[in-house]
This record gives sequence, C-alpha cells and structure tokens, in this order.
Amino acid sequence: MGILQVQDVNKSFGGLKALHNVNLDVEEGAVHAIIGPNGAGKSTLLNCFVGRLKPDTGSVMFNGTSLLGIAPHEINQAGVARVFQTPEIFGDLSLIENVMIPTLAKRDGAYTVNAWGRVDQAAEIREKAEHILEDVGLVEKQEMHANSLSRGDKRRLELAMCLVQEPKLLLLDEPTAGMSRADTNNTIDLLKRIGERGITKIVIEHDMHVVFSLASKISVLAQGTVIAEGAPEEIKGDPRVQEAYLGGAHL
Amino acid sequence: MTNKITLRSDNMMMGLFALAILTMPIWLMPIGASYPDLMQKFAIFGIFAIGFNILFGLTGYLSFGHAAFLGVGSYTAVWSFKLLSMNVVPAVIFAVIVAGAFSFLIGFISLRRSGIYFSILTLAFAQMSYNLAYSVLTPITNGETGLQLAKSDPRVIDGLFVEAGAGIPSTNFFGIPMSGYSGFYFCAVLLIIGFYISLRITRSPFGMMLKAIKSNQNRMSYTGLNTRPYALTAFVISGMYAGLAGSLLAVTDPLAGAERMQWTASGEVVLMTILGGVGTLLGPMLGAVIIKYFENIFSAFNETLLNNIFSFLPEGLQEVVVSVVGLFVGEGWHLTLGILFMIIVIYLPGGLVEGAQRIRDFVGRKRQKKTSEAHQPQIAE
Repeated sequence: MGILQVQDVNKSFGGLKALHNVNLDVEEGAVHAIIGPNGAGKSTLLNCFVGRLKPDTGSVMFNGTSLLGIAPHEINQAGVARVFQTPEIFGDLSLIENVMIPTLAKRDGAYTVNAWGRVDQAAEIREKAEHILEDVGLVEKQEMHANSLSRGDKRRLELAMCLVQEPKLLLLDEPTAGMSRADTNNTIDLLKRIGERGITKIVIEHDMHVVFSLASKISVLAQGTVIAEGAPEEIKGDPRVQEAYLGGAHL
Repeated sequence: MTNKITLRSDNMMMGLFALAILTMPIWLMPIGASYPDLMQKFAIFGIFAIGFNILFGLTGYLSFGHAAFLGVGSYTAVWSFKLLSMNVVPAVIFAVIVAGAFSFLIGFISLRRSGIYFSILTLAFAQMSYNLAYSVLTPITNGETGLQLAKSDPRVIDGLFVEAGAGIPSTNFFGIPMSGYSGFYFCAVLLIIGFYISLRITRSPFGMMLKAIKSNQNRMSYTGLNTRPYALTAFVISGMYAGLAGSLLAVTDPLAGAERMQWTASGEVVLMTILGGVGTLLGPMLGAVIIKYFENIFSAFNETLLNNIFSFLPEGLQEVVVSVVGLFVGEGWHLTLGILFMIIVIYLPGGLVEGAQRIRDFVGRKRQKKTSEAHQPQIAE
C-alpha cells in the first residue's frame, strides 16, 4: 500500500473534463514522475493533493487519511510540501527568514503567538535554517531579500523551505522549467542528493532528461486519464506514450 | 548597506525614543509646540498610529475603520468616569478591553476578505458604528450632543472614599489631575510602553509571521500556517491601541462624541502612517506629530496675521499674495496637507523615514568615498 493513494478522481471545469477516473498509487520513498502533454491535467491533479482544488468525485488518501475537504495548511501539517511552477516565496523577507518561517510552522503548528521572543536570538531555528540554505548553496546570500534572487535561486530557496520541514511527501511542479541546461543539471544533482533523505517525491516535468535521471516510476497522463504507468524503461518504449507526445491521443 | 538589527541597537533606539518623548516640552519650545494640549495630542495620536501600523504596516491589511475603535475607547472611558471613578486607571483598562472585544467582532467578519474588499468592509462597519452612535444608541452615546459628565453621576467607587465636592470632579491618576503637563506625561508614558510593545512584536516570531502574511499568503498556507488567526490577532492588537488612544482623549478632556468615529478620523491615521513611513517603527509617530502640528499651526493662521507677515510687499502684491496663501491656511489647511501628502507618496513612497535613510546613506557613501580615497589599498570597513 502506497503513501499516497488516488482513486477514481474526476474533475471538470464547466464542460471541460480535466481529470477522468485518475488512479495513482505512490509508494513510500519513490520518486514518482507524472508526465504528459500540455493540458493533460498534471497541475490540476497536483492541486487536488494540496487543497487548492476539490475533485468532483473520488478520493485522495495520504497515509490513511483523506486530503479532501481540509485546508492547505492542514495538509502541510500532515506532511505534504509543495514546490510551485512559479516559485512562491516571501519576496519582501530575507532568505534566512524565508526558511525560518517553515521551520517554526513545523515546530509550533499552524498558529502560535510568540510576540515577545526575538527572531535574531532564536539560535536553534536559525541554525537549522542556515544548514538547509547551505545544502542548496544559498547560505552566503542569507541576508538578501528573496525578491532580488535569480529565478533559479528562487526555486532553490523554495525547495529549501520545503525540505526544512522534513515532509513525508514532496510535490515538485516543473522544478526545472525555464532553467538553463547547467542550472537544470544542478537541480537534478540537488534533487538526487535530497533523495537520500527518504522523502517520497512526486515530480511533474516536461523535460525527459530530468524525468529519466530522477524517476523510479512514471505515470503518463493524457487528456485527463492515466494512459500508461511503469518503470522508466517500460515507459520509454511504450507506443501509446509516443503517440500522446507526438500527436493527439485518441483513445 | 544594511544595518544589522540587534538587541543592542533596539535598546538604544528605545532609550532615545523615550528620551525624545519625555523631553518634548523642552525641544518643542522653539517651534511653539510645547504647550500641553498639543503634546497630549502628539502622544495620543502617536499611540493610535503605532497600533494602526501593526495591522497596516506589518500585516498589510489597510483598515479604513479604525476610528470606530477610537470612539469606542472614548465612550467606554467616559462611562467609567460616570459610573465608577474619576480615576483614569479603570477607564483606560476598560477602554482597551472593550475596544479589543469590538475589534475582534469586526475583524472576524472583515478578515474573510483581503485587499480592497477588506478595506471597504471595515469602512462600512465604522460608518455603521458612527451612525448608530449618532442616532439609535443615543441612550448610551447621548447622540449629537456627545457623552458628558454630570454632577449627578453615581461614581460608585469614588463615593466610597471621598465626599462629593461642589462641582464636577476632574479626571485624576490617584489624585494627580490629568490636565496640563501631568496629563501629557501620563500619555507619554503609555506611548513609550506602546512603542516598546510594538518594537517587541516587530522583532518577534509572531511579527515575522505578520510580515509573511503581507508578503505571500499563498506560501503561508502551503507552509502549514493558518493565516486568518494571525491576521485577526494583529487586528485586535491594533484595535486595542486605538481604544487606548480613544480613552486618553477622554482622560485629557472627558467627553466623547460620535464625530470621533467618522471616516475622516479613520483616514487621518492612514495619512499619518503613510506620511511617516508604512511598516517602520518610528514613521507612524513621526507622521502623527507632523500632521497634528500642521493642523494646529496652519489652521491658526488668519488674514490679519498673513497681512502682517507680508506687509513688506507693495500694497497690490500684498493683497494677491495674502489671498493666494490664505487658501492654504486656516480652514484650508487641508489643502496644504494634501499637497504634502502627494509629494510624499510620489517622491518618497517609504515616507519620511525613507527620506531620512536616503540622506544618511548618501552622507555615508560620501564619507566612505573620502576614506577609501585617503587610504587607497585598504578596504573601507
């Protein structure tokens, strides 16, 4: 039984059927890639996991509890972190603060009023945050404003913000979109390195180079349906997958 | 160049702030602002603006209804004077509690929305409160006339200790009358405490969460933080500051009217905060002082005074100058305020505090250049 089980999920926007009876079983510790052409429903599916969207029917179970109908912050507190397609960071705050906030959220829960302590003297939290920033290679920039970072660094920062929480499941929505080849390879290395921590990951990705260097299992989504699933080698040779990528998949 | 914030630099700022406030009667003398009535206003509206800044500056929610809490604070304080005691301590405590409860209610509903919709909701609530105070709630607020003290008030606690005198007794702090300089010092001490609390909040993990709300609410939620109770806490804290300010208005002058709750009063505190510097610690205080000072100075000018000032000009020219300048003073001083506000928003969006920082950076850079020229090979520290 996997850590995340998706059963018969359907989602329509008006007349458009974005997801059609999607089933997914993500094993613990796996790097599960979801690939598919534009508009296949990849991001919609991810949004159903974090509480941004609610499926019309079906169930999403994480570690035995349902993720449907609960707020995004509750889903995160249950152990699901997400990296967005366009980095969602605290742009007006310094890098170190950006990472200290999720650290505090993990330690103190969804709402704690500590209005008398001092952030600059919270040594334990600060150390933990610095450590993660070192892992992603941003520790020298820790006093900079997050807005002044390059796009690649923003992604790295967002990843650090997720990793510091030691989530059970990490969702990565196109972690290398718009990156140069060198930056992409850096990110792959980074993701491989954090793979050693045993965090289960779901990766949505267009770049096949990234997918095949990371994934242990791949699901192919086309027009809202899973059309193929298996180990990377199986997927590479599957004619249906090639069809879906080359032209419209008429099933 | 960023200045690192430490406990030491904060303590120093706190000390200088307290010193500056307590010595106001001395250093405000040259500009003719050292009389107690005006300084009381500086302190009271400073408290109001500092509290408002916790919501607007830190959390990023622009409330257009904070005057409602100011009014609630004033009414509560006057009722405390009427029913319990002329001592200001219970009046201040009750005002803060009642304003806090009232802001919890309004905040709870208004914070369901953010941005412009939040602002409109708070404005609507404040106008409702104003109209209620003006008409329906006349038994509590005494409507148009405003709530005043009367000789026949019960004053239960006072009645136990002292014999009723001939006239209406005055507000006091355990016997010290709350008018003139002693009134100013009472407000000043509360202002310093209020400033210290806002400083601690700004530097605390809670303050960091509030800044995070302002920066990116989406990321907040996906980071496992529930934004609404954080914003509501900030709303209630700033409502309590407003209640405190309202009670002090009643302490220094024991009456409360509905006009204190009107939207112009809510707008004024927004102006103060933006003028001084949104999100800065000292900005709101600075803005409050400047607006209240200008209000007093410019609105006191009249035609005779202007004619005296410009008497050195030839007669025809004097008339023209006086009639033009006359538009900007007296009743029309809001015109001056408006122009000042426009200049600040366009050229210094960070308010006067940003202006001061720019000047400091400019001077610092010049000095650094000089020293680096003097010792060529060394790196300036």
